[in-house]
Amino acid sequence: MKTRVPESGGSNRPLVRASLPAMNPITRWLPADTHAGLLRRLAIVWAVALLIALAQWLGKTDGAALDRSLVYSYAISTSVWFMTDPVRIALHRWLHTEPPHYWALNPRSITWLFLGIVLGYTMGTTLGDLYAGVSTWALLTQSPQRFWNFWFGSLGISLGFLFFFYQREKSLALQRQATEAQLRLLETQLEPHMLFNTLATLRALITTDAPRAVAMLDRLNDYLRATLRASRDDGDTARPTHTLQHEFDRLRDYLELMAIRMGPRLRFALELPDALASHPVPPLLLQPLVENAIRHGLEPHLAGGEIRVLAQSAGGDLLLTVSDTGAGCHSTPQAGFGLAQVRERLATAFGGADRLSWHSEANQGTRIALRLPLQPSQTDPLR
Amino acid sequence: MSQKTVTAMIAEDEPLLAAALRTELALAWPELQVIATVGDGASAVAQALALRPDVLFLDIRMPGQNGLDAAAELAEEWPDDLPMPALVFVTAYDAYAVQAFDAQALDYLLKPVTPERLARAVQRVQQRLSERLPAPQQLDQTLAQLRALLASPSPGNAAPKERLSVIQASVGKSIRLLPVSEVLVFEAADKYLRVLTADQELLIRTALRDLLEQLDPAEFWQIHRGTVVRASAIESANRDEAGKLFLRLRGRAESWSVSRLYAARFRAM
Repeated sequence: MKTRVPESGGSNRPLVRASLPAMNPITRWLPADTHAGLLRRLAIVWAVALLIALAQWLGKTDGAALDRSLVYSYAISTSVWFMTDPVRIALHRWLHTEPPHYWALNPRSITWLFLGIVLGYTMGTTLGDLYAGVSTWALLTQSPQRFWNFWFGSLGISLGFLFFFYQREKSLALQRQATEAQLRLLETQLEPHMLFNTLATLRALITTDAPRAVAMLDRLNDYLRATLRASRDDGDTARPTHTLQHEFDRLRDYLELMAIRMGPRLRFALELPDALASHPVPPLLLQPLVENAIRHGLEPHLAGGEIRVLAQSAGGDLLLTVSDTGAGCHSTPQAGFGLAQVRERLATAFGGADRLSWHSEANQGTRIALRLPLQPSQTDPLR
Repeated sequence: MSQKTVTAMIAEDEPLLAAALRTELALAWPELQVIATVGDGASAVAQALALRPDVLFLDIRMPGQNGLDAAAELAEEWPDDLPMPALVFVTAYDAYAVQAFDAQALDYLLKPVTPERLARAVQRVQQRLSERLPAPQQLDQTLAQLRALLASPSPGNAAPKERLSVIQASVGKSIRLLPVSEVLVFEAADKYLRVLTADQELLIRTALRDLLEQLDPAEFWQIHRGTVVRASAIESANRDEAGKLFLRLRGRAESWSVSRLYAARFRAM
């Protein structure tokens, strides 16, 4: 007998699932991934509505019933929530808002939020009036003071909610962005093609040139460690600062690793003046640029070429340049995540105007310059 | 196997890896004679045509022409009456390519190459060489495999691209727009791509390979490594005395040669 149960359950399940969207029209005009968030916000609204109703009831002098306070509080809060949350998301095209959170501070969207509060308040009050058998609107003439107290109280609470939800979504989005950036960084650094080719070279060197294999293994070790650390600490300011010296050391690890593999096709020069060695930079900021130079500049170029990384101070700025003499490129760089990622990191870390400039010429090579604020030398080692 | 020594060529851009493969091959197949090692796709094609090895080990990612394109070009240029070299592709990591190789039963090696895996590949090559089909038939088989391989999505571009509807070409200081629906031929010319309609010609700087991913394969047919034509504009396909296939298009006076790789398409219904 028991064996039949999962069987029939299994055959029923698809039917149930298929009919769900049809049964619930709301789920149809709301993007599927917003449902959970909506319910979560409704739960918060309802919890606060209970507190408001209780506070209002306790604060009342005319001995009004608790049930009326509850009905008013729930009717108004639910209506306002409905207008400013599910309807706001459903109207996202018209409001020019975008996933995942559908918030935007554009005039249309702000107008809708105010309108939504007014509509929701009107709906909720009407429902409450129906239950209580009184008219809140009559207060307008009888006791305008009380009417406006109600209205501005509700408006204030609604705006408070909207502000809270907006802030919450914004910080969640920021977090998500940071996580994505870290993942992307890790993905570029641990590019499988690079890893497996390096391992293959190591495997070859172990039998033919053991000391070189050991040297290469050490480089790989440093490189992997730096990569993992950077992907974990990106944006974390509590950690000890990553200096240009660190950055150039990591670049040297990587370039020497690649030089073993590419032989005479890769030449490189790293130029870091002593005065700038202890200047802080975001970890592995230059790494993706150097990798791009190899991958898109030197690797496809028959003759190979030279990569030059240079740090200079120029007019109060720190100028970092990565240039290669490789294949170059005649158009704007393809939506390469390397460049976009570096740009994004610079913007988050230092803000301000475009800090990355890119210049490339087919068969001549590519030159990328980063402009960072030069920090006053906080690092005189003698002090 | 015959008394004749079996010869091999290695195309690999990293010198250490080329040397290592050579060493491993010496152990796995002592009789094999490696007659050349080259570091890029174009040299691989030229050397293979000149030296006619029995086996060709091709790295996928090489400067200039990659291993797959080199194989395709080699198949196109290879003389009809000689057996095509057995191809063994070598790759560090190309999930898509590996799937495509599996599907086409083409031999491949993953780097780092282990002796066991190499021994298996060697065995397969030896078997293939011993039961060698007549040259034309074997070439047909290789062509079919390569055709399927080239048609599979290129590594890294798994997601299908959006269809292109308008060509944008810079002419002097202005940008000219041309609906794709008017284009008859795309033809690679050095670093450019010639875009031909019935009465105009524009140059764009897109690689044919990138462009192909944005064209409807039913609407545009590739007929050569460097040529893609509008299928509905093809008027006729003719063979010349040497057996080479040529296409004539409605609206253009020139004729376009069809490479061996794509000739299979032109058969009477």
